[in-house]
Amino acid sequence: MPPIHTMIDRTSDGFKANEAHNRGLAEELRQRVATAALGGSERHRERHVARGKLLPRDRVQRLLDPGSPFLEIGQLAAGGMYEDKAPGAGLIVGIGRVSGRECMIVAHDATVKGGAYFPMTVKKHLRAQEIAWENCLPCIYLVDSGGANLPHQSEVFPDRDHFGRIFYNQAQMSAASIPQIACVMGSCTAGGAYVPAMSDETVIVRSQGTIFLAGPPLVKAATGETISAEELGGAETHGRRSGVVDHVAENDEHALMIVRDIVATLNRAKKPDIQIAAPSPPLLDVTELYGIVPQDVRTPYEVREVIARIVDGSELQEFKPLYGSTLVCGFARIWGIPVAILANNGVLFSESALKGAHFIQLACQRRIPLLFLQNISGFMVGGKYEAEGIAKHGAKLVTAVATASVPKITVLIGGSFGAGNYGMCGRAYQPRFLFSWPNARISVMGGEQAAAVLASVHRDAEIWSTSEAEAFKAPVRQKYEDEGNPYYATARLWDDGVIDPVQTRDVLGLAFSATLNAPIPEQAHFGLFRM
Amino acid sequence: MVIESLLIANRGEIARRIIRTARRLGLRTVAVYSDADAAMPFVQEADDAARIGPAPALESYLRHDRILEAARRTGAQAIHPGYGFLSENADFADAVIHDGLVWIGAPPAAIRAMGFKDAAKARMTAAGVPVTPGYQGEDQDPARLQREANVIGYPVLIKAIAGGGGKGMRRVDSAEDFPAALAGCRREASSSFGNDRVLIEKYIQSPRHIEVQVFGDIYGNVVHLFERDCSLQRRHQKIIEEAPAPGMDEATRAAVCRAAVRAAQAVDYVGAGTIEFIADASEGLHADRIWFMEMNTRLQVEHPVTEAITGQDLVEWQIRVASGEPLPLRQEDLSINGWAMEARLYAENPSNGFLPSTGKLRHLHFPRDLRVDSGVEEGNEVTAHYDPMIAKLVSHAGSRRLAARQLADAAAKVEIWPVHSNAAFLARTLRHPQFVAATMDTNFIERHLTALLPPAEPQEQVLHAAAVAIIPKQTGDPWTDLTGFRVNAQASRQVSVEVAGKPYVVEVDLDHEEQVERSIDVIFAEGVAWPFSLPRAEHAAGGPGSSDGLVVAPMPGTVTAVSVSKGDHVGPGDPLLTVESMKMEQTLRAPLDGRVVELRVTPGTQVVEGALLLRIEGKT
Repeated sequence: MPPIHTMIDRTSDGFKANEAHNRGLAEELRQRVATAALGGSERHRERHVARGKLLPRDRVQRLLDPGSPFLEIGQLAAGGMYEDKAPGAGLIVGIGRVSGRECMIVAHDATVKGGAYFPMTVKKHLRAQEIAWENCLPCIYLVDSGGANLPHQSEVFPDRDHFGRIFYNQAQMSAASIPQIACVMGSCTAGGAYVPAMSDETVIVRSQGTIFLAGPPLVKAATGETISAEELGGAETHGRRSGVVDHVAENDEHALMIVRDIVATLNRAKKPDIQIAAPSPPLLDVTELYGIVPQDVRTPYEVREVIARIVDGSELQEFKPLYGSTLVCGFARIWGIPVAILANNGVLFSESALKGAHFIQLACQRRIPLLFLQNISGFMVGGKYEAEGIAKHGAKLVTAVATASVPKITVLIGGSFGAGNYGMCGRAYQPRFLFSWPNARISVMGGEQAAAVLASVHRDAEIWSTSEAEAFKAPVRQKYEDEGNPYYATARLWDDGVIDPVQTRDVLGLAFSATLNAPIPEQAHFGLFRM
Repeated sequence: MVIESLLIANRGEIARRIIRTARRLGLRTVAVYSDADAAMPFVQEADDAARIGPAPALESYLRHDRILEAARRTGAQAIHPGYGFLSENADFADAVIHDGLVWIGAPPAAIRAMGFKDAAKARMTAAGVPVTPGYQGEDQDPARLQREANVIGYPVLIKAIAGGGGKGMRRVDSAEDFPAALAGCRREASSSFGNDRVLIEKYIQSPRHIEVQVFGDIYGNVVHLFERDCSLQRRHQKIIEEAPAPGMDEATRAAVCRAAVRAAQAVDYVGAGTIEFIADASEGLHADRIWFMEMNTRLQVEHPVTEAITGQDLVEWQIRVASGEPLPLRQEDLSINGWAMEARLYAENPSNGFLPSTGKLRHLHFPRDLRVDSGVEEGNEVTAHYDPMIAKLVSHAGSRRLAARQLADAAAKVEIWPVHSNAAFLARTLRHPQFVAATMDTNFIERHLTALLPPAEPQEQVLHAAAVAIIPKQTGDPWTDLTGFRVNAQASRQVSVEVAGKPYVVEVDLDHEEQVERSIDVIFAEGVAWPFSLPRAEHAAGGPGSSDGLVVAPMPGTVTAVSVSKGDHVGPGDPLLTVESMKMEQTLRAPLDGRVVELRVTPGTQVVEGALLLRIEGKT
């Protein structure tokens, strides 16, 4: 395959200005992540450690194989929400290797409100399970949670994708032979008690883990029985009498070792049946991405420069380079894994959509995972385009994206607006993973366009002075700016995380590799393509 | 007579050593071996080999008849006994000669003459060889004893003849103190041993073991090949030997070596022999403070250091002399070249009281830049049947300091697993400032033992190497190759690893690490083998068993026997009590190491399922 030739000029002012701007964004991202990673307040962390417990990140670290990567999901979940008191939504989620197997790890952070479930905690937990389910990853729950956050009960309890779904997912995954392992390292109360109870194999830490449907105060109130937490639901009760747990550990380290030993018995090897090559790094310097990405999301840029810094050897076998050129399609490899890339290089036209749909069919026929590099302001609008049927051509692309049978991963590398989001495998199209760059923006349309549309339909629009019109538009623009911000998006788990552009290749390598734990179907069954 | 074939009545490193020279001289070699040694290198390397019996030496290497029978069967003309086993057995030597074979060892008469220590000393005194002053006479009159002490010269040691373990022993520094000390010693001896007889010895304040290599031929020529110093001993077991002896000036050397030659001549010595002396080195080495102790009528373990400094092959000398040739060199042709040092590598565990260590040598690696005489190779077994010596490392350099450093480095590079060795102990000894300064004596090891034992905990670099080694090798898979990858953060440098059964969390700088190919999961550092692994659950629990120590009834039934009492110490697996139920008797065993702190049942107690019978509190 031919390598992509770069056209950039590292010495240009534009490059340098972009670089400074984007390095700033990356630095801000790393800062935010580092702060969120601390979890609860210093006081809460100290108290946690004083009880002889490991901090949740140390638990994850001890659980992982030495040197294992940890592909963390939703690092900045609940950022700016709940008075900013639930960093990471109080839950650490990510994929890592345990006893040689890639596993989904879900660890409560009891230093954040006792590990209680905020609405975003529930969403993050369910997202972790969804990833595990789709990619056949064994689930390890490091439980240390007081259960639902009671003030938010209406947002965590009753609906389909609320608390109860966690256990539904456990049962379904277990039925699908996706191992469910719980390690009770702290409280596990009420609904939470079902996490271990619904697991295939369960560990509890002595004098530390407790499992009960109702805690001592509730028991006292209900029946008058006075009983200690340990006696009610501790290691002795559940290890020896109730059988709710299968292994009793002496401390956190011991418990995590037992979990590792359990994973070692799972007896299923990852056997990708696609052609994986020896990886080679891109020929071009990955850090040049900082200088390539413009400061303003509205400024177009050459997406091949991005591809060249993500794929093995910077090599791309481009498909139909002369046709529908605003959508770059081509085959490449990332960490040796074959990928079929669809990347925006301008507005989507009918030809681009047709090319994309064709290319997705190719990828599915060849069982090659799909990568969407999304930087899209939308489909082309106007009479000519409506008349030539851009809606049905766009529909073909959306159909192909929705029904593609191969693993899909999406990265928002710029704008994600309107129907372009659908055609480029936005969240609703169930990519296995979706990551954003810190420069990304997502909304139904641009803030400027929205302000203009809303102003134009206002009943007073015609009598507004310029300044009155501006006074109306400004807050609309601001709202779109705020809500289109990647941190607003990632806090609400519209994506699986904001990532530093220079880590894109490695994140994708890990993520695509993780998808290969699930078999890729031989055939895709596409929906009807409107001709 | 020209010897054309040679049977080695020995095993291990000395057998290989002899085979090496014999082969160079064009001799056919015959090995004899016990069942335990069938797969050992010396058996493979010999031209012919004969089994002489089962593993115990008494039934193999010490069996005269079988060895002679093997010689007849294989047509060997000569027998080399090596050292140990039958090397100083005059009866065997007689039998060899009687069978018309050549005995490559000392003449039986010389062996006998030197075999009885007291007679040998008398003979040496007669020959003008100084012997350790002392009095062991029948006359126990205090005045006589005082006179003898005065003659010996102070300080002296008064020792109860029946004594032992330091009891009934007095050091006396001057004549005035003698009467009181004698009286005290006798009182103690008579109350402790019921026998107040004493002997008097010269008290040697800083004893050094000096020995001289001698060689004689059948024509009455005797030469010496200079001295060796073997002062570094542990419980009379030599550990480090060197040649020449440090601090030996030319005049002293000449006097001592002359005395050694006289000693050999006094017994018409033929072949390789060693005259052992004890020196009082409290004020340096002086000829008048070096006394004869005994003669070893054989080739010594430590002969390689003499070979190194003289450039001679002593086994070749032995064979030539035994063939009836005159000594290959005259005294004036021999000189000292540089300094040589030997360390004996033993299969033993210094950290555990030097207990012998046996087993298969799954991994064995010696440094290649110095002489290593070893009887084993990787895959061989170290058994409890024979001497636990694995190898001798021999350095040779221009100076003592260099020879010591070379040998220390070599000992530190020794890799042995899983059999324990004293390699680290040797390296630490060789690097000890007092050894380097040559101010050691035979008490050195006892005095400095703590400093010489290897560290109980792995050093930083061992943990580091183990942490790096436990990280999977690069395979092209991002999940293995992206070591420690973290989203939006630096790669994690923390690695959990278990070294020698203990868990550690180690920080490693992964960007600057070379991954070394390792055939086994052991880090070798300074002669110590540190096994490593992923952290193991049983160790994370803080002890084996990881049990709460509660012993409960597995079924409803009757306790039929209780074999422990409250307060008893029990080990894991020890039987505690028996419960009968459903016509079956079940013995309940201790889940951990600890003490019985609660015992709720006696024989006959009816118990329900899950009833607490007994509680053990684990050792903490």
